[in-house]
Order: sequence, then C-alpha cells, then structure tokens
Amino acid sequence: MNNFWKLFSRNRSAVLGLLILCLVIFVASIASLIYPGDPFLYSKYPLSKPGENGFLLGSDSIGRDVASGIAHGAKTSLLIGLIATFAAVLIGVIFGALAGYYGGLVDDVLMRVTEVFQTIPSFIFAILLVAIIKPSIESVVIAITVVSWPAVARLVRGEFLALKNREFVQACHTLGMSDYRIMLKEILPNCLSPIIVIGSLMVATAILIESGLAFLGLGDPNVMSWGFQISDGRSMLRVAWWICTFPGIAILITVLAINLVGEGLNDALNPRLRERN
Amino acid sequence: MTNSLLKISNVDISLPEGSERLLAVENLCIDLAPGETLCIVGESGSGKSLTARALMGLLPAPHVKVTQGQIDFCGEDLTKVTERRLREIRGSEISMIFQEPMTALNPVMTIGGQIDEIFRYHVSMSAAERRERAIQLLDDVQLPDPAQIVNSYPHELSGGQRQRAMIAMALALEPKILIADEPTTALDVTTQAQILKLISDMQAVHQTGVLFITHDFGVVADIADRVAVMQYGHVVETGTVDKVLNNPEHPYTQALISSVPSLVPRSARARSEETVLEVKNVNKTFGGGSSFFKFGKPSRVVDAVKDVTIELRRGETLGVVGESGSGKSTLARCIVRLMDSDSGQIILNEVNICDLNRAEMRPWRAKIQMVFQDPFASLNPRVKIGQIIRQGPIIQGATQEEAEARTLELLEIVGLDERAFNRYPHEFSGGQRQRIGIARALALNPEILVADEPVSALDVSIQTQILSLLDEIRTKMNLSMVFITHDLRVAAQVCDRLAVMRYGEIVETGATADIFDGPQHSYTRDLLAAVPGQNWER
Amino acid sequence: MNRSNKILHYVARRLMQGIPIILAIVVMNFFLLNLAEGDAVDVLAGEAGSATPEYMEKMRAKFGLDQPLPVQLAVYLKNVVQLDLGYSFRHEMPVHELIFDRFWATLLLMTSTIILAVGFGILLGLFAAVNLNTWKDALISVFALITYATPLFWVGLMMIIVFSIKNDWFPTSGMENSAAFYEGFDRVKDIAHHLVLPTITLSLFYLALYTRMMRASMLEQYGQDYVVTARAKGLSERRITFVHVLRNALLPVVTMAGVQVGALIGGSVIVESVFAWPGLGMLAFESLFARDLNLLLGIFLLSSVLVVAVNLVVDVIYCFLDPRIEVN
Repeated sequence: MNNFWKLFSRNRSAVLGLLILCLVIFVASIASLIYPGDPFLYSKYPLSKPGENGFLLGSDSIGRDVASGIAHGAKTSLLIGLIATFAAVLIGVIFGALAGYYGGLVDDVLMRVTEVFQTIPSFIFAILLVAIIKPSIESVVIAITVVSWPAVARLVRGEFLALKNREFVQACHTLGMSDYRIMLKEILPNCLSPIIVIGSLMVATAILIESGLAFLGLGDPNVMSWGFQISDGRSMLRVAWWICTFPGIAILITVLAINLVGEGLNDALNPRLRERN
Repeated sequence: MTNSLLKISNVDISLPEGSERLLAVENLCIDLAPGETLCIVGESGSGKSLTARALMGLLPAPHVKVTQGQIDFCGEDLTKVTERRLREIRGSEISMIFQEPMTALNPVMTIGGQIDEIFRYHVSMSAAERRERAIQLLDDVQLPDPAQIVNSYPHELSGGQRQRAMIAMALALEPKILIADEPTTALDVTTQAQILKLISDMQAVHQTGVLFITHDFGVVADIADRVAVMQYGHVVETGTVDKVLNNPEHPYTQALISSVPSLVPRSARARSEETVLEVKNVNKTFGGGSSFFKFGKPSRVVDAVKDVTIELRRGETLGVVGESGSGKSTLARCIVRLMDSDSGQIILNEVNICDLNRAEMRPWRAKIQMVFQDPFASLNPRVKIGQIIRQGPIIQGATQEEAEARTLELLEIVGLDERAFNRYPHEFSGGQRQRIGIARALALNPEILVADEPVSALDVSIQTQILSLLDEIRTKMNLSMVFITHDLRVAAQVCDRLAVMRYGEIVETGATADIFDGPQHSYTRDLLAAVPGQNWER
Repeated sequence: MNRSNKILHYVARRLMQGIPIILAIVVMNFFLLNLAEGDAVDVLAGEAGSATPEYMEKMRAKFGLDQPLPVQLAVYLKNVVQLDLGYSFRHEMPVHELIFDRFWATLLLMTSTIILAVGFGILLGLFAAVNLNTWKDALISVFALITYATPLFWVGLMMIIVFSIKNDWFPTSGMENSAAFYEGFDRVKDIAHHLVLPTITLSLFYLALYTRMMRASMLEQYGQDYVVTARAKGLSERRITFVHVLRNALLPVVTMAGVQVGALIGGSVIVESVFAWPGLGMLAFESLFARDLNLLLGIFLLSSVLVVAVNLVVDVIYCFLDPRIEVN
C-alpha cells in the first residue's frame, strides 16, 4: 500500500488532480450548508454580474444564484457518475470474466452484443433511453450504465483470456481447484489494475454524458445540474456570459481532475518494467 | 601487435541510478583479430549483451553509457567518434544480428526493402543494381527462391529463414566485424546447426571477425577460436577455446563448465516391472471448428498429438524430446488432463482418467502433478508462497494445520528457508521459484511428476542444482517422472528412457543409452548430430 | 488468388457480418418503441393530437397492434426494409425523406471533423513524440489533457462568445446565410465560413484523443527491437522515425479512428444543436422536444448503418497498411 502511494505521488499532476477532486467532493458535500435552500429559487436580482448583489458568480435571468447551482450540481454529477460507473463496472466484470474464462458460446454471444453496442452511437442511445423512460436521476444512471458496460466487459474479457492460460492458473487446475475460486481468487486480483484505471476514467465520461443529457433537457427536472445551467444560460449568451461559463469551468475542472487521477493510477499500478531481469 | 581489428581497453558501462549495481560492465578488455571467432560467454546479468551494444554505440542512452575506456576499431576510438561517423560504420564496417528475428525485423516492410535500405544509406547504386544484389545476398545465405523472398514480409518466413535474412542484411556490405548476440538461442537445435555453419562459411569468405555472444558452451566448443568468460560485468577468464574449455583456471569458469551436462548418457538403472502410467493412442487436434457467427471461416487445423503411445514404469524417468512444434507440451498437458485429448486412453492405476468428469477427476489429481517451465509465470504474483503450496492439500481435504505442516516440510525438502512461507514470488530468484513450483507439485504426494521443460528458462549453473534436487526427490519418494525437454544433454543425464517426438508423432523410443549409441530413426540421427559441442570431451 | 481479390472477398464477408448487427439494432428499435409510454401508434403519430383519428385507425390496423408481438415485429421489419420509417407530422414529411434531406449537412460536418481531428491529431502526436519531454511535448500534452476534459456544448458556446459575439469573425449559427441567396462558388465560401466553428468544436475532443494515442503509439514503437536493428544498420534517426516507426505506429490509431465514429455522431447532436447546424443531429434534438420518437429511432438506425459502413472502410484501409492481416 505504501509502495502504491509512493509511486502515485511521484506524478505531480496526479496529485494535483487528486487535490482538485477532493475540493470538488468537499464542495458537493457541504453544498446544503453553504447554500442552504433550493438552488432553483429565484430572487429579485436577475442578471447580476459576478460579484454584484452578493452573488459570487452572478445570477441568471430569473435571479438564481449561479454559485449555488454549481455547488448543488456538483453533488448531482458526482453521484450519478459514481453510481453509474460502479454499476457498469460490476456488470462488465461479470460478463467479461465469464466470456473470457469459459469461451465458447458465452464468449461468442458477448462479443456480438458488444459489437452491437460499439456500433450504435452511445450518446444517441443514451438520449433514446432517457427519452423513453422519462428523464429522472434513475433513468440517467440507467442510460449511462447501459452504454458504458461493454467497454469494461471487453477489457475484462481480454484480461481473463490472457491470464487463463498462464501457468499459475493451469497449476491451480492441476490441484483440482474449482472454476469459481480460480476466477475470483487467482485471476481477478491480477487484473484489478486495468479495471481500476478504466473505472476512474469512466467516471469522467459519465459526468460528461450526464451534463450533455442535462444540456439537451433530458436531466432530472427536479435536480440542479451543471448541464442544465448551461442550457438555461444559452439565451442570455450575449448579455450574461457568466451563466454559461462558470458551470462549464466546473465541469472542465472536475473531469480534468478525474482524468489526472486516472492517469496517476495507471502509472502507479501498471509496472513498466517486468519482474524478470 | 598483430593486425587486431578491435581492441577494447578498460571500458566501464554505467547503469541508471537504483539498479542492482553501479556498473554493468567494469574494466573490460577484449580484442579480436580478422577472421577470428571470439565467444563471449556468461549467464544472465553478466553484461555480455551490453558489451555488444556498446561496440556499436547502441546503448540505451542517456542512463546506460560508456563512462571510461577506449574501443579501438582499426585506429579509431569508437567512444569518441561523431554520431555521423558511427552511423557510417554501422551496417557497413561493423554489423550486428540479434536473438529474436521476428521482432528484430520491421513487420510492415518487405525483406527486400529492409536490405535495400542498407545499400541506399551506405553506397551509391542504382535501384536495379540494389535489387539484384539483394537477391544475390539471399541466395548466398541459402534461402530458397530468393526472388520471392525479396518481396515477402517477415511474418511469412520461418524462424530459421528470418535469421538467414538477418545474416544477409548484416553481411551485405562485407563488414569487418560481425557481432552476433545469441542469434541461435531462439532456434531449434537442427536450425541452429545450419545457421552456425552459415556464419562460419560466410566468415571464411570475407575474413570477418566474429564476436559471438552465447550462454551455450556446446556452441562455444564448436565455433570459437578464443573465449572470454564474463561474470557480473567482469571478464574473469580469456584464452583459446582449448584452454578455457579443457583447463579452466578461474573458479567461476570451472563451476560453469562442470554444470554443463555431458552428452554421455547415464547408465541405465534397473527397470521396474510395474507400469504406473500408460498413454494409448492419444490424439489432439486444434482448430477446424468454425464459430456460427463467423460465417464459416475455419481456423487453421493443427494435429498437435497424433496417435501417441507411451509407457511409464515405477521409479523411472521417461524423457520426451523434440523441437518446438513437436507436440510434447500438448502431450504433457493431455496427460495431466489440463487439456482433454480428442481420443485415446490415459491409464493410471488401471483407471482411464480420460473418462472421468471434473468432480471424479479431483481426487485423481493428487496422483499426478506438474512442474512448469517458466518460473516467472508459474506462481501467482499476488499470493504468498505459503498459500501457493498449501492450497493443494486444502482443496484435497486436509485441515489448515495439516496443510501448513506439510508446507513447512516441503520448503525444507526443496532447500528453502521456512521464512519463505510469508513472502511473495517476486522476492525470489528464478531458481528459487522453480523450487517453489516443485514444492507445490509435491504437496499432494503424487506418484507421477510431469515436468514440462523445468530447467529451460534457468541459467546453466542453477540448472544443475534443480536437476540434482529433482533427482534427490525422485529417489527419496520413489517418484516416476515424465520429463519434457528439447535439450539432449539434459535428457542424457536425467532420463532412463527416451521418446523422440516430431510433428506430433513418436518416432522412436528406447533406453537413453541405446538411443544415443545407435539411433534408429533418421530424425533422431539428425537431432543427435545437430547437438553442438559433440567433439568436446566433458 | 492475388491480394486485391482477397480484399474483395474480405469486404464481402465483412458486409455479411454487418447485416446481423443492423438487424439486431432494428429489432432493438422495435422493442424500444414498445417500451415507451402509450400505444406504439401514439408514439408513431408524434405529437399528441397532430394525427387525425382516421390515420391512427389505419396505422393500428397496419401494425396489427392486436396481433401477437412476433407478427408486429415482422411487420416492422418489412416496413424498415422498404424504407418506410413512418411519418413525421411536425415536419409533414415521411421520415426517410426528412432524414435524407438533412443527411448531407451532417456528412459535411463529420467529414471535415474527421479530417481535422485525425489528420491534425496524428501530426501533433508525431510532433510530440519526436520532441519528447521538451517544452513542445509538454505544451501539446497539456493542451490535449485540457481539451479532453471539456464538454462539447460548452466549448461551442465559448467559441460563439469569443469568435462571434465579442469579435464578429464567424457567424453564430446556421449553415448558410439564406437571405443572401449566394450562388455557385460564393455559396461554397459561405457554407465553409459557417462550417469553421462547428468543425473546430466537434473535433477538439477527438483531436486530443488522437494526439495522445499517436504519441503513445510512437513511444511504444520506439521501444521495439526492429528500431535497434535499424540503428545497427546505420540509418539516420529521421529515416527511422518517418519510415520505420511511423508506419507501425499508425496502425492502432487507424483502428481507433473507426471505433470513434459512433461517438462522433453522438457528439454531432450536441454541436448541431448549439450551432443550429441543419443536420441529423439538429433533427434529433428537435424530435426530442416534439416527442417524435419515431423520427429519433430513424436517425438512430441510420447512424448505426453509417458506423458499420465507416468501420468497413477503415478495415479495408487497415488491410492495405498492415501486411500481417490475413485476408483469405
């Protein structure tokens, strides 16, 4: 564990990313404390510039506090990103492991299914799903999960396929070990690294998809979201640039931070030099 | 002072910070005369490869570099010449061939294109002349149908053919020195013999000085004029081949040479009457089926094992020898039921284990265990040694205490300290890991051990240790062994009987001594004739 | 059989393999249709109340909504094959006509995006790899990192603010200035002028992706054995980079380019809606608000077909680049 932190912290940008991410998570968790009340609440000061009338980042056309929206929106994005990614990784690992380990029909079917998913443009598919199931947090999470799991499954399948023929796995067969135990205790621990890396990068993608959906009006109407803020501010683009700009910066910083952390994880977990001399 | 081509004096090569030692190579002194073959021998970590690269200025800069000394090549000091001059020298005055011909050639360029480059960059010839010369070169290295090969890609050639093409490229401009870095290590022994002869033929024509890096003393015995032995970055001994091989002075050289197994087969031991394992008419074919979804594109069909019948008696070691692609590994895996054979019987204690399903097979697994080839891939890097060894008995029903006790016992038997119990595989060397693999195999108290090239990935000095360990264990536990190998020297010392395999079939069986004395099948004769160093009295 | 014949056979076989995928997507479309709230015909009729009761009766009969599901599926399939994707009331046109109409605008946008993203990305990645660990490399890497993290719609809006609103260099939206009635070359120039901002917006993300991929691919190739051989032959670094390493490094990037096309189409929905570019993406966006699920599904189907077609082209290109691929 110590070794891991040492390797991770050698990468300065990764540490920076981690700090930013912690900041975002912190703001999200205290959002209700620093901006109590409904972020959708309008006020008497529409279109205030940043710093005017007590609005740190300005207000929009009906006087909603942009900063408050950003803080609450952080909660939404992080929550959706994490839950959807977790679900996608879980499903992807299960299917990928079974396909890679057993091969045969299971593998063929999985490969065809992931091919279909690879063909359909995932964002349009996500739009379709949310449109059909009616926009809400649940439907957004489901949509993101559905379009994301095939990438994980392909990765895990590849890892299992490669590891299944390694000699230490074959040795377990000669000892009479059961398949379940081999998959769970022998193979899976050895492919955790790429799974963690792809999972972390997937959170970033999930946030981008979520904000994209919100921008198009497919977000949960009862929940504040950065994408919603930006789409709302579109009509005011000429006169109030801050309504669109700041939420976008928030997305940018968050996604960037996650990407940096993901790359840091990749460098720390995947040894470049192999063990043999 | 003779007209020496090359004189390396007091060269140090540094390593990056944090490596196991400061200098990869220290105080290196080597010289080479025209037409002479100097073999540099050493085990892994000796620095022999880096020496070869330093000559051509191919060290992975900036961390690995020559920090001291001179490399005198026909009056020029190669450590001090300009990069431009170095590029001129490379390929035209000094060339190099490498170990892995598949990866050493650019996969997306034709052979002809890669030869053509050498001409374009060093001499001025018209395109037609270059092509003609390329075809001539390929013919010189005895490649069949050179005009066709010129337009082929590396993946379309066999390993031996690729190496010939590499030699053609290296000798295209008739260099004064040819550096060969383990060029035959990745080849079959029969191909190796051909390549070695090719190199010496070409050398005779051009009076090229050859610097040949290898770890195989048999090869040294056959081709070297002089030998330099390296250990941990130092040249510990140099001299003529006769002197170094037959009267080595340095203890390391002596130890190395005594580790090389003799080609004189061991005397046969008494053969038991009891048969422990019978393999009858086993077949295994790969490929041929086509997935429903792939629309009928069949994969290549390979008959890995064709109608193989062998017999193992109690207490004996049966060697299965063959080159790559002979099917010996597949056979080993069928015997242990890591793979299901397509047809045939494998009879243990009068039961045909091919008929058993997974659950029924489990108790039988204890009787027949396997030792694997690659010490770096045969242990799960995330599991402690203690767990690796004791999980076998636990699966077979032992209690935790029993399994632990057995593990500690086994660690002692294989010569490892009991503290290894809580360590991870990466903390051990190749030889030690192989010991752990053996301990794992013995944990279930098997009657039969199938060893799939157990020492092929080890240095020759470690090899002897592991072989004697296996011998000791075999006697003590009255084990019967199936020993897979491609190395006939090892087979001569370890195996009571031999089965020779080629293209999936057994071409000859018999007592080791009989086969070595009077091989019946032509392939066996070829195989034995190709073993390097036969004229060397070990 | 010579190589070109082999390649033709390969193309034919890949087409055959593509068909079941399209089929699967069509079937999925059908089930999505049924998942949606309300009668399938309600969905097909688009906005509630736009269709006359007679038409809906006819549709119900045509779709046989009282029939068992498999029969409905068969009917749907038949309609799709005949390119009957339904009717859009909002636009008062059959869906397939509508899609065909808007298709070209999207194709224009996509093509220019791919050229910019892939072409420029490869160049930048090559440049970064050749100038490894210098400030040039660092700059490119930082640029790629930041661009990769920015949401498309935001970039588009920022571009509009900076280049259209604050400095009147580019138009804010649309494909052409229809009020001006340009003809011939003038029209081409006008469209090109409108094309700039949307193209840059859509390509930024993928530019970053290809840059990083190309850089990583080059670095991986530099570590290969054949590079050592090339040096041992005395070749110049320039030749090694541009002739040996580059050709090998391009291969995985080309493969990736094919895979990304689907994502690119998804991105076009956003970019077109930001810039009011009259293509399929814009159509999809409009149909969302019109609750015109049928139209959306039609676009979905077409884009999938497009992805299959592009992947096929990419595969064929790859065959020409990599001699190791067995095409028989």
